[in-house]
Amino acid sequence: MKRLISVLLENEPGSLSRVVGLFSQRGYNIDSLSVAPTEDTTLSRLTLTTVGDDHTIEQITKQLNKLIDVVKVIDLSEGVHIERELMLLKVKASGAARAEIKRSVDIFRGQIVDVGQTTYVVQIMGESTKLDAFIEALGDAPILEVVRTGVCGLMRGEKSLKV
Amino acid sequence: MELLSGGDILIRALTDVKVKHLWGYPGGAALHIYDAIFRQDNLNHILMRHEQAAVHAADAYARATGEVGAALVTSGPGATNAITGIATAYMDSIPMVVISAQVPQEKIGEDAFQEIDMIGVSRPTVKHSYMVKRPEDIAETIAKAFYIASTGRPGPVVVDVPKDVTDPNNKVAYKFPEKVKLRSYQPTTRGHSGQIKRAVNLLISAKRPVIYSGGGVVQGNASEQLRALAHRLNYPVTNTLMGLGAFPGTDRQFVGMLGMHGTFEANTAMHHADVILAVGARFDDRVTNATERFCPSAKIIHIDVDPSSIAKTVRADIPIVGPCDVVLSDMLDQIQQADLQIDEPAIGEWWQQIEEWRNRHGLYTASRYEPSEGENIKPQDVIKTLHKVTKGEAFVASDVGQHQMFAAQYYLFDKPRQWINSGGLGTMGFGLPAAMGAQMAYPDANVACVTGEGSIQMCIQELAACTQHQLPVKIIILNNQALGMVKQWQDMQYGSRYSHVLYEDSLPDFVKLAEAYGHVGMKVTHYDQLESSMEECFAMKNRVVIMDISVDQHEHVYPMHVAPGSMRDMWLSKTERT
Repeated sequence: MKRLISVLLENEPGSLSRVVGLFSQRGYNIDSLSVAPTEDTTLSRLTLTTVGDDHTIEQITKQLNKLIDVVKVIDLSEGVHIERELMLLKVKASGAARAEIKRSVDIFRGQIVDVGQTTYVVQIMGESTKLDAFIEALGDAPILEVVRTGVCGLMRGEKSLKV
Repeated sequence: MELLSGGDILIRALTDVKVKHLWGYPGGAALHIYDAIFRQDNLNHILMRHEQAAVHAADAYARATGEVGAALVTSGPGATNAITGIATAYMDSIPMVVISAQVPQEKIGEDAFQEIDMIGVSRPTVKHSYMVKRPEDIAETIAKAFYIASTGRPGPVVVDVPKDVTDPNNKVAYKFPEKVKLRSYQPTTRGHSGQIKRAVNLLISAKRPVIYSGGGVVQGNASEQLRALAHRLNYPVTNTLMGLGAFPGTDRQFVGMLGMHGTFEANTAMHHADVILAVGARFDDRVTNATERFCPSAKIIHIDVDPSSIAKTVRADIPIVGPCDVVLSDMLDQIQQADLQIDEPAIGEWWQQIEEWRNRHGLYTASRYEPSEGENIKPQDVIKTLHKVTKGEAFVASDVGQHQMFAAQYYLFDKPRQWINSGGLGTMGFGLPAAMGAQMAYPDANVACVTGEGSIQMCIQELAACTQHQLPVKIIILNNQALGMVKQWQDMQYGSRYSHVLYEDSLPDFVKLAEAYGHVGMKVTHYDQLESSMEECFAMKNRVVIMDISVDQHEHVYPMHVAPGSMRDMWLSKTERT
């Protein structure tokens, strides 16, 4: 089962490598990872998606909590939450396909952020499944490049991950 | 305010965290630090002959005393040599701080001479690590490192110090922090009272209970509390390899070590138990055998200070996160206050059953191996003789292999911290430097290094450091002319194809070797000489003695789990199994 785990960690040199190292060292997967400093620059917020059964996820959260640099850990998938990912995609767009791609972008509420003579760069934001669906929707249009930020997320409502 | 260089600050901070002995080896990047050591008298630096041994000795000093061990190594190869020692301490949760020198900051990343990314290389083997970037930060970092190493689940912490940070020409104010606080690190100090209550109720209602206690009881100084609780309940106690001594080996309630080479009675009792109180133990694969067949009818109470140890390999019915000493005494308090009574008839029957197992195959009710005779000295008898000669009071540091298991089985440790071995990582070469660490902590105590002719050669260079620092350890070599444990597996699983476990007459003359280092060497080949030679050995209070004892080359360690299987599936001898 896919899980979204959010980690608040000290914004220190090497703290990211401890998190990443933990996953490879203990044989856990990381499907995506996004990290940046928070409004409090002494802290970084890291969001990662991983796959595992309840037992594995329990161990992952415990092992993350054990890292000295980790301040707090939450499994966002345990409750209602918002998740977003941003994708930039360069696609071959010429002839009749050009209009077709434009229509798909509109349907997915994306934006064309760069227009070349035979290419578009499309920006799509949403849940990962929406991004996957857009790639699917492009059908035969030749994709030249895809870059995704990895998922980030927050809990809905009053609850928040704070020190 | 006093102005000091980074090197001086480092040494001053170490004395402020009460370090008495610093085990180390100098080198280029550590020169400023070594100069600071030269100009002071508070800290005793012990020059070893290899960084691995320096770290093992610091580790064993911590194991023997409960204090934080401290080691100092130079950059590059000094740092990488230290890794085996750090990993050994990490696997056994030993409080230790290792200071590694580093190339100057402006050279980091340039593949400078003796540069290694120590923070990166050591990362999977440390509880935490720091690189110090300014001399102003040294004292606080040292304070944090010692705090982290010694609290919660203990473990090694690395402090990497670039050479420019210790520059003698850059002097800054010295200030040692009065208190260390880390917002991201708050170890649990008490167990959850509701969980403790549930645990007590389950425990008191048990009909076939076993208390399974591990290294956490030793490291957490909870032996007294364990003994009090076990005696109040009259329940059988088994110790893990790391927990030996946490409950007295000669106590009637002790059923021996459990696990791969545990006693028949301990493993069988575990298998049939209805309630297991696991305390400071981690259900290691060398204990459980196949986890899916582990103790099928047991409800498990698991006390550990580290939440990630709980339900890692075996699920716990009642997990309690907290320090073993506090949780155990809370449990005992509840039992006393409510004057709870055990199920006497059931426990009586349980003990009868255990006595029957003890009499049938137990290690301590009868001899389970052929007796020693003439030139055939049994390794088990060497350990029994060691126990007799040292009155069961020696510190026993061991290496890794058959001799380690024989020592664990037959030297009945009555006190915690008496038994010093590398249980988790299983590091050959640990024994001699470990014995040195214990001897430094207790100069008047008998310290034995129980080793094999294989293991001893992995850190044998420290015989020189024993001379230099007057550490009169007694080295007991169970010499079976082979890498015995590997050979045992080759006998049992590889049709006795002895691939690279024999030395083809290349073994050194250990007597001459001892003498070359200025020590005493003794060779024992006859069982009749064993006890008197050992008496003679331990009578030489101020000498390092190597006893090279020829033991039966064909002896195996039994019992031994049949894997994969349950706790009760064991080989009891070469021909007999449960």
